[in-house]
Amino acid sequence: MTEAARAMLGEPPLIDPKKSFGDVTAEVAAPLERKPGTMWKVAFGISLLLVLGMVGTLAYQFQTGLGILGISHPVGWGTYITNFVFWIGIGHAGTLISAILHLFRQRWRTAINRSAEAMTIFAVMTAGLFPLIHVGRPWFIYWALPYPNWRFLWVNFRSPLVWDVFAVSTYFTISLCFWYTGLIPDFASIRDRSSGWRRTIYGWLSLGWRGSERHWQHYERAYMMLAGLATPLVLSVHSVVSFDFATAILPGWHSTIFPPYFVAGAIFSGFAMVVTLLVILRKVFHMEEYITLHHLENMNKVILVTGMMVGYAYLTEFFVAMYSGNQFEGFTFWNRATGPFAWAYWIMVGCNVVAPQVFWFKRFRRSIVVMFIVSILVNVGMWFERYTIIISSLSRDFLPANWAYYRPTIFDYLVLAGSFGWFFMWFLLFCRFFPAISMAEVKGVLWTAKKNAGVTPAPAPEKVHV
Amino acid sequence: MFNRAPRPKRGVIALYDNPDALLTAAARVKEHGFPDVDAFTPYPVHGLSEALGIKKSWVPYVTLVMGLAGAVLALGFEIWTSAIDWPLNVGGKPMVSLPAFIPITFEGGVLIGGTMTLAALLVACGLPNLGAPILDRDLTNDRFALWIPDTGPDWNETRAIDFLKTTNPVDLRVIRV
Repeated sequence: MTEAARAMLGEPPLIDPKKSFGDVTAEVAAPLERKPGTMWKVAFGISLLLVLGMVGTLAYQFQTGLGILGISHPVGWGTYITNFVFWIGIGHAGTLISAILHLFRQRWRTAINRSAEAMTIFAVMTAGLFPLIHVGRPWFIYWALPYPNWRFLWVNFRSPLVWDVFAVSTYFTISLCFWYTGLIPDFASIRDRSSGWRRTIYGWLSLGWRGSERHWQHYERAYMMLAGLATPLVLSVHSVVSFDFATAILPGWHSTIFPPYFVAGAIFSGFAMVVTLLVILRKVFHMEEYITLHHLENMNKVILVTGMMVGYAYLTEFFVAMYSGNQFEGFTFWNRATGPFAWAYWIMVGCNVVAPQVFWFKRFRRSIVVMFIVSILVNVGMWFERYTIIISSLSRDFLPANWAYYRPTIFDYLVLAGSFGWFFMWFLLFCRFFPAISMAEVKGVLWTAKKNAGVTPAPAPEKVHV
Repeated sequence: MFNRAPRPKRGVIALYDNPDALLTAAARVKEHGFPDVDAFTPYPVHGLSEALGIKKSWVPYVTLVMGLAGAVLALGFEIWTSAIDWPLNVGGKPMVSLPAFIPITFEGGVLIGGTMTLAALLVACGLPNLGAPILDRDLTNDRFALWIPDTGPDWNETRAIDFLKTTNPVDLRVIRV
């Protein structure tokens, strides 16, 4: 909805029209210009500790081998792959908010797109760790790339695992380009209000941007093109991730519903993570006037919709498994809901299907406490969705003689916790050093809000000195 | 290498405190026939390029051509490695397994198209250009400016000042850069 249409419908403006352009710059730049508070330091300290735990575990793992983890026969993909799919999924909401909502001219995205894109970058950085450490000998990870070598071998381009290498690295690169393009004018704003070494650093980051109309002309078109490329890209990435499973013949994996099901789940979990992060960000950095309840309510609506898509996919999957008449397929799904991993399955259903239903009520959609709890529940649920898909299918395949239970070890948990530490470490650094809200875009929305509210500045006094 | 010599060396700048005042001024500047007029704004103001007569960006053509080139390159590379350089039978699948090659073809197109779009943006704007003169620090904050540069022998500074005075700016300066 455009700002003009919002005004006609009597909806509140996205931003207080009484603010001036200068207020926006000053308030968004404020966290970058003061010393970090105690809350930030404590959060950063905890993140670093978690990362240290992960680094220690990985050092031990590289020395000893993958045997320190819970994976064994027949469950060869454990929490590492669960984490990989989980973190890649988290990233999707950032691209959805920044690219798809941009193409649909959803202007409420302006206050949240920067932090959502940052979340994408850091989530993909976290996800990328897992294939790296899961191969067991990470120093050979470059074998996944096609490069000329004296063994004269190329990678097998028919393998979804190779598709994944390309999909994830392309996703990371393009998200980074898109994010950086958005940051250039804001770096220039920071440069122009700072001095000394800060001016030098932000000057470099801004590349010497000056806001010339000749440049804006190119900039806007390039931004639009990047948004247009990122949109199909984001849909392709989780589709390719789902092919890792769907092209296998394992019951519970071998399913044509996987690509749309994974993409819906990715957007669902990603929006939940955005809500979790923004609730904290707006509180800690006093951004309540920019990231308003209206923004959060919109995101909660998306969570409700995608949550029901995911719930619908669970039902479809179950129904098709029973209706197919395939003994193995039917058993796998019955086993998921009633077998040894039923606890994980019902956590998944409870968190992903039941919990978001509270968002039918406006009161809960606009309640910070409720949305914070639900957003965390959704992320727990989405982690267990991947856990259920991967582990319950592997642990009981075609031959009962092959069956075994899977139990993660302490090292699995340390790496899982460390991945959160790693993600939050980057996000906290981002909030301190980069403008967390897109100033240039917010100013555009602000001007329309001003005009609709009739709060335009009085004619300027004649003040000409030559 | 990142410090291009700024050119022109001198010009008149008028500052406004809102985009509408700038748009009104920009709409009138063309009829006065000043060449190479530019505007500086903290955010993209719609309608400004049209008012100043700035040509549409060519960046989207780069995206199109490079996106297609990336896709062709990726598909060609897959076919060459799988069927020509070392044809290896994997699970009895055809050497050119076209459906299986599509995901990477797509990713190749997006990767080359996207990175080249950013590169084209930088080339089009002449960035990085750290030596570019900052005409006013508030131009990335809350000021909107119209800039009439000295473009050579036909330059008539008084005429530019007289014109800009009539557009009701909050500030008007002659700048040597």
